[in-house]
Amino acid sequence: MSIAAAPTSFFFPHRHLLGIEGLTPAEIEGLLDLADDAVELSRQVSKKQDSLRGRTQINLFFEASTRTQSSFELAGKRLGADVMNMSVGSSSIKKGETVIDTAMTLNAMRPDILVVRHFAAGAVELLSQKVSCSVINAGDGSHEHPTQALLDALTIRRNKGRIAGLTVAICGDVLHSRVARSNIILLNALGARVRIIAPSTLLPPFAERLGAEVFTSMEDGLDGADIIMMLRLQLERMSGSFVPSVREYFRFFGLDHDKLKLAKPDALVMHPGPMNRGVEIDSAVADDNRSVISEQVEMGVAVRMAVLQALAQHLPNQ
Amino acid sequence: MTKPHLAKRKKKKIGSKPGDKIALINARLLDPESGLDEEGGLTIKKGKIAEMGPDLRRNAPDGFEVIDCGGHILCPGLIDMLVYTGEPGFEHRETLATASRAAAVGGVTTIICMPDTDPVIDDMALVDFVERRARDTAIVNVHPMAAATRGLEGKEMTEIGLLQEAGAVAFTNGASSVANARVMRRTLDYAKDFDALIVHSIEDPELAGSGVMNEGEVSSRLGMPGIPSSAEVIMLQRDMELAELTGARYHAAQISTASSLRVIRRAKGQGLRVSCGISVNHLTLNENDIGPYRTFLKVRPPLRREEDRLAMVEGLVSGDIDVIVSGHNPKDADVKRRPFAEAEDGAIGLETLLPAALRLFHGGDIELGPLLRAMTTKPADLLGLPAGRLRKGAPADLIVVDLETPWVVDPELLQSKSKNTPFDESQLQGRVLRTLVNGNTVYTLNDQD
Repeated sequence: MSIAAAPTSFFFPHRHLLGIEGLTPAEIEGLLDLADDAVELSRQVSKKQDSLRGRTQINLFFEASTRTQSSFELAGKRLGADVMNMSVGSSSIKKGETVIDTAMTLNAMRPDILVVRHFAAGAVELLSQKVSCSVINAGDGSHEHPTQALLDALTIRRNKGRIAGLTVAICGDVLHSRVARSNIILLNALGARVRIIAPSTLLPPFAERLGAEVFTSMEDGLDGADIIMMLRLQLERMSGSFVPSVREYFRFFGLDHDKLKLAKPDALVMHPGPMNRGVEIDSAVADDNRSVISEQVEMGVAVRMAVLQALAQHLPNQ
Repeated sequence: MTKPHLAKRKKKKIGSKPGDKIALINARLLDPESGLDEEGGLTIKKGKIAEMGPDLRRNAPDGFEVIDCGGHILCPGLIDMLVYTGEPGFEHRETLATASRAAAVGGVTTIICMPDTDPVIDDMALVDFVERRARDTAIVNVHPMAAATRGLEGKEMTEIGLLQEAGAVAFTNGASSVANARVMRRTLDYAKDFDALIVHSIEDPELAGSGVMNEGEVSSRLGMPGIPSSAEVIMLQRDMELAELTGARYHAAQISTASSLRVIRRAKGQGLRVSCGISVNHLTLNENDIGPYRTFLKVRPPLRREEDRLAMVEGLVSGDIDVIVSGHNPKDADVKRRPFAEAEDGAIGLETLLPAALRLFHGGDIELGPLLRAMTTKPADLLGLPAGRLRKGAPADLIVVDLETPWVVDPELLQSKSKNTPFDESQLQGRVLRTLVNGNTVYTLNDQD
């Protein structure tokens, strides 16, 4: 099994994973292949490997997260790393310490891998320039969330057998979504046809230039889709600022069975979580047999194991 | 398992039956949409226009009820895009019923009512309320415009999609402007997805300040704080930028100054989806008419200079001003019989809309066709209504108009509950003889039948 200590033929040429932007299709496929192996490993009774034994992984989260952080933690532990979680609350930020100061402090503790989430776009890249270890972007503002796009791709590939040629509709708050941005880049790189569906208030300006066909109605955008990716709508954006209300959003942009009928009969329903049932997705659809939302969580751990493994090739003394 | 059987609810026909088998003969047919102007007649079947033409001038088909138009004009009923009523909340000023009676007298067959009520029409249930009340009490068509922001506060957009489904024909912030450009941008952006029309009253609230009339020589002489025309132009200019940014459909509820007209012209030249309206008051009156502090002429936007009025007429002729509205805004004596600065804004106008507008025709400023178009076809097209034209299959919302006979406005004879007319005791020429809505006669002058 290639995820184990034995060297693989796949070489990942980057020291950091800051985004999907800049990865070649072969590199993406390589990571997905590695992740396939990690899925197998994770389904065994003994899930533990020692390829990262002795390594220190610090999960540095400037923005609260439960699932991404625990997914990275579990991934590191399954590969044998010592994992430390650091949540930098808003109080520490108020004390005046900058991102770079925090990074330098942690760097002095000699970690091998830093997994970083930050609320500001570009903050993870800035930090990566200042530390001597590998950095994984676990989400920076509304910019990128590369491991989410990878786990989505893995889920699609395992269910559909391919990504090229599929029509993927990404629906909801694209404007604020790092998940959408990473997915648009990745899916384009692997040859999918990407659509984004949102009210104009939740579309980034010049959205059509991002490599997606833009729709402002679910009826048009879902027609013939193979994959439906729903995005989470943050509570504070629901009441009059970007959309008028929850009930209006659900009526026009929430995925229910009526709208789901417009997609292909075997369409997959995905959601990066956590879901707002009754806001962007109907509860019955979320629990439908076409929903692969739980599977995405499993793929999350596998993809993060693959990324850790790939970056470990660049660690000193490897 | 067998399917549950649910009894189907029988659809009950509500409201009056559409007028059927009616022939209007001996008329001068005038269709503002096609420019048709010929002697002839018209037949109505099931509330819709069935046939029309010169053949029907003398003879109606068998089995039709015949109405002789006496050689007068027969044209589409007017659509008034800017009407305040008092229902719900200010029923002492005007109800949908009294407004509709005033409308019928004035030849207005469709009222678009503003959401400035109490509560504000910013929720589906309230749109539904207005529609049901209108169905049960009004004698002309009533369509609500819904609030574009909650409570007309200019802060949070309303449920434009759901309100549109409920029957709102357009969205507006009522008498006030959305001062916050970010809110306006998002509202326009969102409305675009539903192809909804945003109707905006344009006045920068800070610049207008405590002004009560047009800022100029007259305000200086009368010793009253003025509202500079820039207050209107600045807001309109901003909105044109936002219309360009968003690509939304935008309608300036009323313009009143020559500079505003220039802004509209430029925007239309750029191909923006913008339009504008003007009240008949601003086409026929100016600030000098306020004279000795006549509060019935206190309106918003304020009556401007004569140069502005002339520019407005010219803009109407050129077609840059799209629609004429009455701006009907009933206010009772309590809030009008006050010192000018303390009196509330507003003038009624449903009953005088057409006769007042005809002043422009009689004065030789504009042809009848284009004048009527601004009160029929153009508002209908902006609002997506099938009325406002003489066309086979269009709703038989029609009026018979005597162009010539002069009359004097007697406020006591007006149907509106409030009597704040700026044309108080004015002599007007031409008035509506008969009004039909959905093929039914809802008004005749002097009970001709």
